[in-house]
Amino acid sequence: MTTLIVAELEKNQLKESVRQLIAASTPIPGEKHLLIMGHQLDKALAECQLLPHISKIIVADDASLSDESAEKMAEVVLSIAEQYSHILTPATAFGKNFLPRVAARLDVPQLSEVIQVKDAEHFSRPIYAGSLITDVKVTEKIIPMTIRISAFDAVQGRNANGATIEKLSMPTLPNISQRVSLNLHDSTRPQLDSAKVVVSGGRGLSSQENFHALLEPLADKLNAALGASRAAVDLGYAPNDYQVGQTGKIIAPNLYIAVGISGAIQHLAGMKNAKCIVAINKDPDAPIHQVSDYSLVGDLNEVIPELTSKL
Amino acid sequence: MKILVPVKRVLDYNIKPRAKADGSGVELTGLKMSMNPFDEIALEEAIRLKEKGIASEVVAVSCGQTSSQDTLRTALALGADRAILIEHDGEFEPLAVAKCLVKLIEQEQPKIVICGKQAIDDDANQTGQMLAALLNWSQATFASKVEVEEDRLLVTREIDGGLETLSVTLPSVVTTDLRLNDPRFATLPNIMKAKKKPLETIQANTLGIDLTPRVTILGVREPDPRSSGVRVDSVDSLIDKLKHEAKVIA
Repeated sequence: MTTLIVAELEKNQLKESVRQLIAASTPIPGEKHLLIMGHQLDKALAECQLLPHISKIIVADDASLSDESAEKMAEVVLSIAEQYSHILTPATAFGKNFLPRVAARLDVPQLSEVIQVKDAEHFSRPIYAGSLITDVKVTEKIIPMTIRISAFDAVQGRNANGATIEKLSMPTLPNISQRVSLNLHDSTRPQLDSAKVVVSGGRGLSSQENFHALLEPLADKLNAALGASRAAVDLGYAPNDYQVGQTGKIIAPNLYIAVGISGAIQHLAGMKNAKCIVAINKDPDAPIHQVSDYSLVGDLNEVIPELTSKL
Repeated sequence: MKILVPVKRVLDYNIKPRAKADGSGVELTGLKMSMNPFDEIALEEAIRLKEKGIASEVVAVSCGQTSSQDTLRTALALGADRAILIEHDGEFEPLAVAKCLVKLIEQEQPKIVICGKQAIDDDANQTGQMLAALLNWSQATFASKVEVEEDRLLVTREIDGGLETLSVTLPSVVTTDLRLNDPRFATLPNIMKAKKKPLETIQANTLGIDLTPRVTILGVREPDPRSSGVRVDSVDSLIDKLKHEAKVIA
């Protein structure tokens, strides 16, 4: 039994989520191999050599892989997939995009958003926006799954792992999709999906100006990432990648401060595993209070500046 | 240009799902069912392409039980030209659905398939990508904008950290994100007209596909509840609790 972990990169750098993937794979017996795909991967490879439990690193380095096209990445994974019993990748826009292609071509089912790996055949995953959990058993020759990163604690340690390094000979890659443009927000803040503290705003902020004027100083004080409810994104108060919830990011920070968010079930799905939840909302009956550790009922236009100034 | 839109009948968005008492599955008996919201967005996009004169026909297809006919009637009332039910009584996993759709696509020859990025029941987010892979088609997932060019689609996608725009070769599978459009409501005259539109049924077991579920569901349960929190009456009290009780800020 050997597990393949497909790591996500960002701007050619290894994302920290690889450490949670390794943690998720721990109950599966056998060796763990790591695959990185992209172009100019020297830095990422150096990082991979400091990851615990990895015995082999496979590098797929090709200029045409720099656009992370699902069609191409799926071909690369398929070229080695038959050697593996399990294939793990993060349940992010990256992993969700290509892994179902791999599963379909292997003619095996995929498990999405796995939150618990009990052993090589038993897994748990949320359904209905996390309102329910299903425990499943799969006995297929290869089990591809996307892992909900926030459900696992990252493995620690940065010692040289002495892993074998294999340069992958590239399969023929399809050319049916091209990236035309990529607009990533430049931000000096911590990333939403890995931040320890998240300040998140909803409809109650009432304008884009107010959203930023009130929440940014608070986030600065707490070294927090900014998040938003679907309502706030739909109303244009915040960009789409701020969205926390069933169809946005699913996060588990140490502290989540929900400001002017009523707490629709789809939003709760994205943040209810935070260690500590604070709700600030003028409506005492808002459902967000039911999942909060601390609720403050009040006008956010007064509460937030006061909180910011007193921290 | 023909567009195929797969739609799924799911527990209505506003109903809180519960596990069956014996933990064997999700309780759906007697509860309101609706079209998966992401599929409504997919259908709306297809209908708009037809209204712009880009699409010639919009065909809605559903894979599921006889009751999925209701969902297809809704699709017809919203503007689909005709509908096809691929009928199957048991568990219908994403891979099996994708294989059934491949069979249908071989007959129907659409240029574009637009589907929801995920269904709000199993949250799998797989069917569109699996379908594209089995057909060897391009894909554009999590779309927030779709433009049709001659033999290509220009699709803006919502990804972590921002937006990406792809140019994909047709035929292609597009999966929809929330902000692609605001779906319309069906009007009464259109609901009446929909009753006369063609709705064909194909038995899934005649397609030569093994529909046996391959993921065994051992149980469905509620997650551990969060213990209910406390009300604080002032900012000072909140800061005190965060520092000394929760110890999440210094």
